[in-house]
Amino acid sequence: MKFSYYPGCTLRTKAKELDTYARKAAEALGFTLEEIEDWQCCGGVYPLGTDEIATKLSSVRALCAAKEKKQPIVTLCSACHHVLKRVNDDMKNVQKVRDAANLYMGAEEPYAGETEVLHFLEVLRDRIGWDELKKKVTNPLTGRKIGAYYGCLLLRPGSVMGFDDPENPTIIEDFIRAIGAEPVSYAYRNECCGGYISLRDGEKARNMCDTIMENAAGFGAEMLLTACPLCMYNLNKSEKLPVYYFTELLAEALGLKEAERYE
Amino acid sequence: MQRIGVFVCHCGSNIAATVDVKRVVEEAKKEQGVVHAEDYPYMCSEAGQALIAAAIKEKNLGGIVVCSCSPRMHEATFRKAAERAGLNPYMVEIANIREHCSWIHKDMEEATEKAVILARAAIAKVHLNAHLHPGESAVTKRALVIGGGIAGIQTALDIAEAGYKVDIVEKTPSIGGRMSQLDKTFPTLDCSACILTPKMVEAAAHENITIYTYSEVEKVSGFVGDFSVDIRKKARSVDMNKCTGCGLCQEKCPSKKSLSEFNRGLGTRSAIYTPFAQAIPNVPVIDRESCIKFKTGKCGLCEKVCQAGAIDYAQTDEIITEKYGAIVVATGFDTINLDKYGEYAYHESPDVITSLELERVMNAAGPTKGHLERLSDGKAPKEIVFIQCVGSRCDDHRGKPYCSKICCMYTAKHAMLIRDKYPDVNVTVFYIDVRTPGKNFDEFYRRAVEEYGVNYIKGQVGKVVPQPDGSLLVQGSDLLDGKQMKMRADMVVLATAIEPDPSVRKIATMLTASIDTNNFLTEAHPKLRPVESPTAGVFLSGVCQGPKDIPETVSQAGAAAVKVIGLLAKDKLTTNPCTAESDSLLCNGCSVCQNVCPYGAISYEDKEINDHGIRETRRVAVVNGALCQGCGACTVACPSGAMDLKGFSNRQIIAEVDAICR
Amino acid sequence: MNKKAELIREISGVNPLKCMKCGKCSATCPSFDEMDIGPHQFVSYVLRGDIEALANSTSLWKCLSCFACVERCPRNVEPAKLIDAARQITVRTRGTEKDLSPDEIPALLDEETPQQLLVSAFRRYRR
Repeated sequence: MKFSYYPGCTLRTKAKELDTYARKAAEALGFTLEEIEDWQCCGGVYPLGTDEIATKLSSVRALCAAKEKKQPIVTLCSACHHVLKRVNDDMKNVQKVRDAANLYMGAEEPYAGETEVLHFLEVLRDRIGWDELKKKVTNPLTGRKIGAYYGCLLLRPGSVMGFDDPENPTIIEDFIRAIGAEPVSYAYRNECCGGYISLRDGEKARNMCDTIMENAAGFGAEMLLTACPLCMYNLNKSEKLPVYYFTELLAEALGLKEAERYE
Repeated sequence: MQRIGVFVCHCGSNIAATVDVKRVVEEAKKEQGVVHAEDYPYMCSEAGQALIAAAIKEKNLGGIVVCSCSPRMHEATFRKAAERAGLNPYMVEIANIREHCSWIHKDMEEATEKAVILARAAIAKVHLNAHLHPGESAVTKRALVIGGGIAGIQTALDIAEAGYKVDIVEKTPSIGGRMSQLDKTFPTLDCSACILTPKMVEAAAHENITIYTYSEVEKVSGFVGDFSVDIRKKARSVDMNKCTGCGLCQEKCPSKKSLSEFNRGLGTRSAIYTPFAQAIPNVPVIDRESCIKFKTGKCGLCEKVCQAGAIDYAQTDEIITEKYGAIVVATGFDTINLDKYGEYAYHESPDVITSLELERVMNAAGPTKGHLERLSDGKAPKEIVFIQCVGSRCDDHRGKPYCSKICCMYTAKHAMLIRDKYPDVNVTVFYIDVRTPGKNFDEFYRRAVEEYGVNYIKGQVGKVVPQPDGSLLVQGSDLLDGKQMKMRADMVVLATAIEPDPSVRKIATMLTASIDTNNFLTEAHPKLRPVESPTAGVFLSGVCQGPKDIPETVSQAGAAAVKVIGLLAKDKLTTNPCTAESDSLLCNGCSVCQNVCPYGAISYEDKEINDHGIRETRRVAVVNGALCQGCGACTVACPSGAMDLKGFSNRQIIAEVDAICR
Repeated sequence: MNKKAELIREISGVNPLKCMKCGKCSATCPSFDEMDIGPHQFVSYVLRGDIEALANSTSLWKCLSCFACVERCPRNVEPAKLIDAARQITVRTRGTEKDLSPDEIPALLDEETPQQLLVSAFRRYRR
């Protein structure tokens, strides 16, 4: 099983753990992530305006590259996933965007959203399967009580993202179960961490993350799990609970990483 | 060549403001065979009809065209007028220049041109019309009511009181429906059971009423006046004739973990059960999914304790076939599924409940014996938040676009009852609008505010957050104050949208009764025929037609009953003469028509045919005129052009098309 | 409706007439308390054509693009798209000099600041 892989800028720099352990885990689970050549930054936020074309092009290029290889495109960062998924949806369903973007691209064959955009977690759920993952776990994280933190971008808007039930998701909880740990459910798991507001208003973001962490901790979570470098950054400011990338714990459960920070 | 008269109606300004009626008259006069044409402001009025009658007689007209509104509106009116003037009523054609023309066009020139063309088509058709004569069919003087809630019970009682036999088919083990689950009713706060049970008993005891509970309609054939219905009586595993209703079996049954449907899953019941104490009939059923005897073969305790020997594990489903003259659909409603509304934490917290669940909590026979308590820990709540319009008025993928109509009132009721019985409990209601049209309804709501101090906040709730301490954090908006508010609550009650009971889809298909995009049954006319389905002989009662409360349901139930009685009172029904007929000479015996006929009106028989001197026996289609409803499906399906529909023959339709394309 | 209001409708693709004023967006918004014009009011400003007030509102810069209002709106109005369109108009007409100049950046960084944060903030505040 081979996938085109779009790491995104933060995974090359501040969120190397998210990237490295994902690649290692993929090999262990029997699939390969082939990094797209010369990928460009997705822009971090999806351009909402119906007339914004240029800011969608970097995503279109990545999607076209995956189409050429006839592979689904896999992402890890929530923001990249959000942007790629929504731009792809525009290319599929919004003629105005599709026509304009294809005009810019000047490609021989116009792109119309043919590429499937998958988050790494979706690959685990839909291509590998939780039961299969369970079988591959050599070092189950038994006894760890983990709160899944979804944030916004993976889930909303549900009609486009199609990732999971946007109000009551279960995919990360299922993942936590599969690696042998115990998921802790709490309502703020899809509440915003503050996102980019933290650049200028760190306190606001910290307050938001405090609320999230207090709620999770109150229900017994000992750590949080995220897929997003920005959520990681904001949540870490709160310092109430340790936060991990889901790939870190995946690698640990698969015996690919020492349990360094926990225990 | 027919002598044809054309009558153009102004419909006040409905037509005349957009269509130049004088020009339609002038153009009509130019058509072949038209010997008379005139316009009039209201052709359907007595004076208008008199004009038509006078022209028929004076000009010796052989056919008429009325350019007016939809034939669904006034075709019958004009046919009767023609008949009174001595013309065969099927020599009348309607050109619909209102709905099809003036109402949908703005430009007078265009609209007039279209009206002329429509008139021309109708004139071309009437040239080919033939005198038709309706037949007669008998009426089975028995009615079927599908659904045994308050709508079905009331309809059945009213029909039975008029002296006609009526059967109720109810899919659950008891009649009573949703109303039996309610604690009190607005706006008078009478106890629901107190006013419903007498009606249930009356229905059960009525000599003209037969009740089939734990039964479902399986198949419907026939037509108005003569339906034939298969009813599946599901195996009760208890002999209805022997059971005394002592209840010992339910007491002794060791399998008591099944969720009680009657208590909306908030409590449990035994595997052998009656849904509630006042159930009618007071005969339990065995839920074979949870019965130990059926699952493992061991147990049989109920059989042992039953003094009457009524337990019958070997019982099987039984299908009975009955004839009916009329059918009333009264299948009721359920609340929508809340799976997609994760932000209200309905599945996460047992203290977030629907209003229907609250009815059970408030009811003395409910899971908490009528004590208001949190289902998580049994503690008495101090703060209760009600959220209105959960899934109603939604234009999204989650909810329903309509107003569920009953929620504003039952929420006011709940709030008032709680404040009355537990004055130390604070009650807050988040609302979008408070809708209280109905006798004494707004007064009722105001009492909740003014006398009982219920706190109404205009705004919605964005999220309900279960807290580690077991309370609920409600984050909502207060639009009048321009604030976002976060409040602690012990219980949250969701005014969940209602939707037609899912069983209605299957039933509507069996009855060929149309349903709308929300699965509500469609009326024959939304204003003038609100309790009739467009399918003759099928009537509507209760929420299956649209959201409504108990008073409205009871009124509609009575109205449906009157329509049924009016039908059953007739000895004969005149049948529509516009039925299909097959030309044996052209028929190739392929059976396509038989397969598409929704009424089972077409059969095949071997017939001796004289085909241009060649005598041979062929298998050909024969239409039963009594069963045929004139839908025309066979005429378009027939590959050899043998099928034709009287009044809408292939020739007539082609003549119309030719006239339009001229 | 004036030109700017029409432009907002066009850029956002939102039909403000769909709103039934239920207030669910403002009940949901995590930034409500920082906003001078609440999410439930956006539609009214657009319908009134009062784009000046909207363009000068703090709400433009406080929206987190968390899409909770979009997800929960029972009428599919998508208030986040409206406020983003107002922001777009403001950013496009004033040029880039006014907000988040590159000179400010070093002072806002710390060891852990992810690239994603800078990129997102630049997109949101400048263009």
